[in-house]
Amino acid sequence: MNYLYQTGQYAMLMHKVFTKPDRWKMFWRQFPKEVEKLGLASLPIVIIISIFIGAILTIQTKLNTENPLLPTYSTGLVTRDTLLLEFSSTIMCLILAGKVGSNIASEIGTMRITEQIDAIEIMGVNSANYLILPKITAFIVMMPFLVIFSMAIGLVGGYLVGMFSDIITVADYLLGIQYAFVPYYIFYSVVKSLVFAFIISSVASYYGYFAYGGALDVGKASTNAVVNSSILILFFNLLITNLMLN
Amino acid sequence: MIEVKNLNKSFDENQVLFDISGVFENGKCNMIIGASGSGKTVLMKSIIGLHRIDSGSIEYDGRNLPDMQMKEIRKLRREVGMLFQGSALFDSLTVMENVMYPLEMFSSETKAEMEKRAIFCLERVDLTNKAFDLFPSEISGGMQKRVAIARAIALNPKYLFCDEPNSGLDPKTALIIDKLIQEITQEYNITTIINSHDMNSVMEIGDYILFINKGRKAWEGNNKMIFNSDVQELNDFVFASELFKKVKEVNS
Ligand SMILES: Nc1ncnc2c1ncn2[C@@H]1O[C@H](COP(=O)(O)OP(=O)(O)OP(=O)(O)O)[C@@H](O)[C@H]1O
Ligand SMILES: [Mg+2]
Repeated sequence: MNYLYQTGQYAMLMHKVFTKPDRWKMFWRQFPKEVEKLGLASLPIVIIISIFIGAILTIQTKLNTENPLLPTYSTGLVTRDTLLLEFSSTIMCLILAGKVGSNIASEIGTMRITEQIDAIEIMGVNSANYLILPKITAFIVMMPFLVIFSMAIGLVGGYLVGMFSDIITVADYLLGIQYAFVPYYIFYSVVKSLVFAFIISSVASYYGYFAYGGALDVGKASTNAVVNSSILILFFNLLITNLMLN
Repeated sequence: MIEVKNLNKSFDENQVLFDISGVFENGKCNMIIGASGSGKTVLMKSIIGLHRIDSGSIEYDGRNLPDMQMKEIRKLRREVGMLFQGSALFDSLTVMENVMYPLEMFSSETKAEMEKRAIFCLERVDLTNKAFDLFPSEISGGMQKRVAIARAIALNPKYLFCDEPNSGLDPKTALIIDKLIQEITQEYNITTIINSHDMNSVMEIGDYILFINKGRKAWEGNNKMIFNSDVQELNDFVFASELFKKVKEVNS
């Protein structure tokens, strides 16, 4: 019952968000700020996590497939496909749900409880449109770059293993990451990530926008945002994978 | 002029306002008073349509708000300025940008004209250009209230709402803010509604007073009549402080 009510409330909020802005000038003033805050500011964490995961994937795959019958390119291939199919989209987005989701929910939640949203409404401005539309669009626009960037950095992580250890040779690794390459996987990952970007930014906005109470409730709102967007991401991951890879 | 008739408002099962009526005239400081939690903020937010009411009418010079579509409400709100209990300044914008915000959103003037208007409003509330580029977190509570007033009057509102304009201020600054609101109300013939539980400001500027007790109207009148009322709840509220008890003794 409660979930039904929340879904309806969420749908109505999105209806308010996706309308023509009162002033495009104000939208275009907010948009680059959000690109910076939600997209560019996420680069460091994407870099750090991708490089480590790329390296770890390479080491794990190699160590767990000590079989002379397996071709030498298999480690690079598995690393690449794991990055392309799941890590750089789904896992990356789960991590970003934590970072970006809590950022959005606490920012909007704070504006709600300090009556800044009421102040916007009272001027006759559509507050949902003014605050949320730039966030959702900016995050969706930035997401493909983050995903492709994460793929590239992840591959670099594996390469570093080849360079600085004798677990795998650079030649084997490079052969592996080029072997039987399926460009469609990148497309599939990007499509997934666009959906995830929408989920993260809109769900977090929803929880922030309807926060009520004090600072503690803003904290609860951002926890709810992260938990629920993560669950939705996993669910939609299953759905889209079924649609696109079956 | 704003006329409220038989307003009822509840949140889910919990009814907060019961059958409130009142007439708020232009050029006057109309005050809604009552203890903490009596429903002042909810009443004010209901009058401007931030809360949807259960029943009743709210007429802005004959235009009934509950009958309006969201689009019409938004249009009406451009004639409304509001001062919130906690100032509600945008903390990512400077003082100047806060006052510019409503202008940039709705005014068709050039940038230079808007800036002129913003500076006029800020100077009207006695702020100097030293403060213009500061952020809300960098100025005192009294200054924040002034900025909020400047933002509220930027678009020349016909209706001004102030939710506890002097909460958190020292008595002297509170008086200055009250006087400022009164001056602006009279100068521009605005219909002003002020929420307060501060008896000093009630005595100072209350042209029309509506007393709410537990969500019901318990008394109405002006600041000269308030000492002579025989409504028990009002007397309990007014004479809660020793000072006002003494005033009453001297008066009678
Ligand atoms: N959004 C809301 N949802 C549910 N209940 C609410 C909401 N807003 C206010 N209330 C309830 O309405 C009642 C009146 O609150 P209100 O904020 O109007 O009091 P107030 O007179 O403004 O008090 P104060 O002087 O402390 O500001 C309170 O019991 C409060 O719990
Ligand atoms: Mg209040």
